[in-house]
This record gives sequence, structure tokens and C-alpha cells, in this order.
Amino acid sequence: MDAPVISIEGLTKRYGQVEAVRELDLEVRRGEVFGLLGPNGAGKTTTILTLLGLSEPTSGTVRVLGLDPAREAAKVKRQVGYVPDAVGFYPNLTARQNLRYTARLNGIADAEDRIAELLEQVGLAHAADRRAGAYSRGMLQRLGIADALVKSPSVMILDEPTIAIDPDGVRQVLALIRELRDQHQMTVLLSSHLLYQVQEVCDRVGIFVRGRLVAVGSVEELARRLADGRTVLEVGVAGDADAAARRLAELDGVKDVDREGDLLLAVCEDEARGRIAGALTGAGHTLLHLRQRSSHLDEIYHRYFHEQN
Amino acid sequence: MVARKEIADHLHSARFFVVAALLTVTGVAAVYAAGGRIRDVASQATDDPSLFLKLFTVAIENTPFAFVNFVALIGPLLGIAFGFDAVSSERAQRTLPRLLAQPIHRDDVVNGKFAAGLAVIGMLLTALMLLVAAVGVVRLGIVPRAEDVGRMLVYLVVSIVYIGVWLAFALMLSILLQRAATAALTAIGTWLVLSLLAALIVQMVAGMFAEPGGVENAGLQQALGRASPAIVYEEVTAALLTPELRTLGVIMPEQAFRAVPGQLPLGQSLLLVWPQLAGLVALAAVVFAVAYIAFLRQEVRV
Repeated sequence: MDAPVISIEGLTKRYGQVEAVRELDLEVRRGEVFGLLGPNGAGKTTTILTLLGLSEPTSGTVRVLGLDPAREAAKVKRQVGYVPDAVGFYPNLTARQNLRYTARLNGIADAEDRIAELLEQVGLAHAADRRAGAYSRGMLQRLGIADALVKSPSVMILDEPTIAIDPDGVRQVLALIRELRDQHQMTVLLSSHLLYQVQEVCDRVGIFVRGRLVAVGSVEELARRLADGRTVLEVGVAGDADAAARRLAELDGVKDVDREGDLLLAVCEDEARGRIAGALTGAGHTLLHLRQRSSHLDEIYHRYFHEQN
Repeated sequence: MVARKEIADHLHSARFFVVAALLTVTGVAAVYAAGGRIRDVASQATDDPSLFLKLFTVAIENTPFAFVNFVALIGPLLGIAFGFDAVSSERAQRTLPRLLAQPIHRDDVVNGKFAAGLAVIGMLLTALMLLVAAVGVVRLGIVPRAEDVGRMLVYLVVSIVYIGVWLAFALMLSILLQRAATAALTAIGTWLVLSLLAALIVQMVAGMFAEPGGVENAGLQQALGRASPAIVYEEVTAALLTPELRTLGVIMPEQAFRAVPGQLPLGQSLLLVWPQLAGLVALAAVVFAVAYIAFLRQEVRV
């Protein structure tokens, strides 16, 4: 197997008395989209800055493409595209001029074609010669991705790529990230606190709470691990909910039935899931709502978060 | 690379036009007025070989301001204007992390910004000197001698160094202070204290330790005054543009009694202000070094 693109071992970063990151171990494999998820202030941005050599670790080792970012920052930065949290551009320059500056800083002499192509790719070709100051948040985010791609990186790091942009913008950004992986074979590390927004693009996620990584794996794996072979189903029926609850409780494999407002929460073994709908409709209930809980990243995250407390 | 972009930014900015206009108007007005006064006294001064330099040092009628005073006054503002938000604006626009994520050295950013500011200031001052010299030639009808040109060139370089001190200072503030407005106010406050109020403060302090009017007091005043780069710069300017000036120290009337009036050659004038010159260069270097180190040690996210 390939060596990991990003590997972090025992990373600790302290700001004065505050430990932003504690004993972090993490590996990101080639060609995957890895989501670093956690609430604000969990240490996601700090971790990202150490990957770029913009912040020195207090202890621990960090390797990006086999290089130590603290020592070989320039080499790392040549191959890693970075889109910071709430990325900004020089407001007096046009999008094209901003990208041209980035190209020059990367020592790329003639980047005109590449810039035009990238602006096309992120859907900003129509606004290429508008001043960046007139861009919306979502456009800036996409311009940020184009900017990071100017140097043709093999790794992309995106800090909160979906923050403060509208749902349409989020969709566009996520589609771009998917495209980077599928068509350009890039490794992508993204951080977010809006878990449900990014869960669909992430191959694996790491849940980061107060400087510690509490769980790593694919969304399904995490869900399974937390559920411990059991699943919580939300069930909504029209009419007599109590009767429906009694019917559910009688079912084989259903351990427990709770009420949460209008919803019934059925805790059941995985293989019992398929029988629930049939049992209810068979008993004459009209099924209005049926959803599996805890495969949803938000809930996984909440439960991990609460376990910590 | 950074410098190139910064220069382009400066040249396109509104603030460049404002300071350029301010400098040009005051500079040309001062020289024009000085030209008028020189004409009045030209009859007695025909044998003055460095009449041309008088253009820069003769004050406008009824004011204490000559061209050199305007440069001394507005120059620091120029430095402050091009430096006070150099780094903090990158933070405010959130472009700093993106800039630092490019494969450049971190010091390239400060170096580039300082070099760009200095280059723009150099261009402005050179253009102004040329313009003013041209106005002078037209107005007075005299052509400067090689010696005068030499003095003007040295004056130009010294002025750029002096403004460089202020540029470095403003750059340092833009790194240490989060808000551009705070940095600008701090810089302007310092400038007010060191240039306009310095003479007053020095007089007051010297008065506390030595009898006013005495030699001791004068000596003390001079020593204290040299703590202000503005006063040091004034001394250098005076020595460079007034060849008759023989010493910067305190002179008693009996020492000057029956002295033969004459002019120092440029080399001797330079010798006179050598320590001051070295001091200005060193100060610019030290302030810039502080800015440089502060920037390298600062966290990206502050």
C-alpha cells in the first residue's frame, strides 16, 4: 500500500496554557477525501496550519508527502493547495489578477491558460474580470479553490469550505471537491463543523473534540461502532401511536420503544429493521415517517461529544 | 514578487495620489515663493556661489517654512501612509494565510512590503526634487553647479533614509497592532511628539537641569534633541544644503567673531554630519529588524 500522504503522530500544540491539539494521531491516504470534523475551537485549524508549516508543533511529528513542513515548508507548500477558513482576496484586484499573483508567487511564468481553465472549472469564468471585492462569499470560496489549484497541487486542504455560504453554494463546492478526487486523483483534507453538509463527500472522517481525535473511520463504520449492532429507528404513524408502540415492542429483535413527541423511537437489532414497516402496516397503522437515526453524522458527533462529557 | 505587486498597489491607490498631490503643491509653492524672495535679495547675494541651494532653504515670506521644512514635515507622513496597514490589511482582508501558504519565505512578505514602500517613496521624492529644481531653474534663471547637484543628491538619499525610518516604524506597528486605525494613530502620535513637540520638550527638560541661556543649557538641549530622528534629520539637512554651516555644535559669539565667511566643500559638509547619517541608517535598520522578527515569530492566526 502507498505511504500515507499526510501522517501525524503524537501532535501537541500549546498556546500558552491552552492545549489546542493533544496527542493527535492521524493518517490520510492517497486519493481519499478525509473530513476533519468537530465543533469550533476543537483544534482543526491549528492542525491544518502545522501541516503547512505555518505553525510549529509543540511536540510530535508531522509528515506531508514524506516531508517535514516545519523544515521544508517551501517544498510542502509547492505541492499542497490550501483554502483557508473564510478565504479572502485583494478586493481591488480582479479574480484573474488575484490568481495571476498567486501564480507568480509560485514561480509559474505563463499561467493565463491555466487561470482561464480554472475559473471555468469553478464556474467563475463570467466574473473573471470583476473585482474580488464585489464577490459573494460563495464565489470567494470557489475562487479560493481555483487559487489553491493554480499550482497544480497533489493535496488539497480546505478549512471550513462550506462556512457562511448558501445551500446552492455548498452544493457547488462539494461537487468541486468530488471532482478533484475523481478526475484529478487528488487527496483532499477538509475540516468542517457542519457535519451533515460534508458527510456525503468524505470517504473517511475523523471526529475531533477539544484537541483530541475521538473516532476515525467511514461514516458507516462510525455509525455501526456507536450503535453496537443496534439501530434506532424513528417511526411516525397516523392515529393511535400507543397502539403502534405496543405492536412494535412485541416484535422480535426490538429491544425498546421510546416516545419523543409524535415520534416513536424503536431500538432494534440491525436485522429487525426490515420487519418494522411491514409489521406496522400489517396491523393497520399508516406509516408517515421512518428514518434510521445515528447514521446521520450530526448524531454520531453529538453522541461522541456527549460521551466525552 | 511581493514587492512588485505592492508597488503596483501603491501606485493605483487613492492614498498615493493624495500624498503625491500634497507634496507637489507644498513643494512647488515653497520653491516658487523662495524664488521670489531670492530675487529680492539677489542684488546683495550675487557673489553667493550656492544661490541655487537657497531655493530649498529660504522660507516663504512671513512663515517659518521652506521647502526642506515641508519635506521634513510631510516626509514622515509619507512613510506612515505607505506602511501603517501593510500587514494588518492582509489580516483584515484574510489574505495573509493564503499568501503565506504559497511557496515563498515568510520574510519575503515583510521585505517586499518594505522595499515596495521605499521604492514608491524614492520615486515620489526624486520626481519632486526634479520638478522643484526645474521650477527653480526657470524662475531664477541660474543653473546649479555640479557641487549643488551633488548636495541635492545626498539630500535626496538622506531624505529617503529618514522616511525609511518612519516606513519601518509604521510597518512594525502594522505587524504588532491588529487594527490599522490604531497603528496609524500611534504612528502619527509618535511623529507629532518627535518632530513638532520635540524642540519644546527638549527646551523644557534642559531648563530643569541647566540655567537657560547658558552654554551648558544649549549643549544639553542639543544632546537631548539628538534622541529625536526628526532633529537629527534637520541637522543633516542644514549641513548639506547650507555650505556656510561649519559646525553643528554650540558656538559662542567670540568664536565666530571675525571669522572669514566661506563655504565648505561637499566632502567636509558630509564629514560634519557623518555620525548623524550613520545614526539614521542604523535606526532604520533597527526598526526594520524589530518588525521583521516580530513578523516571523507571530502566529498566522492572531
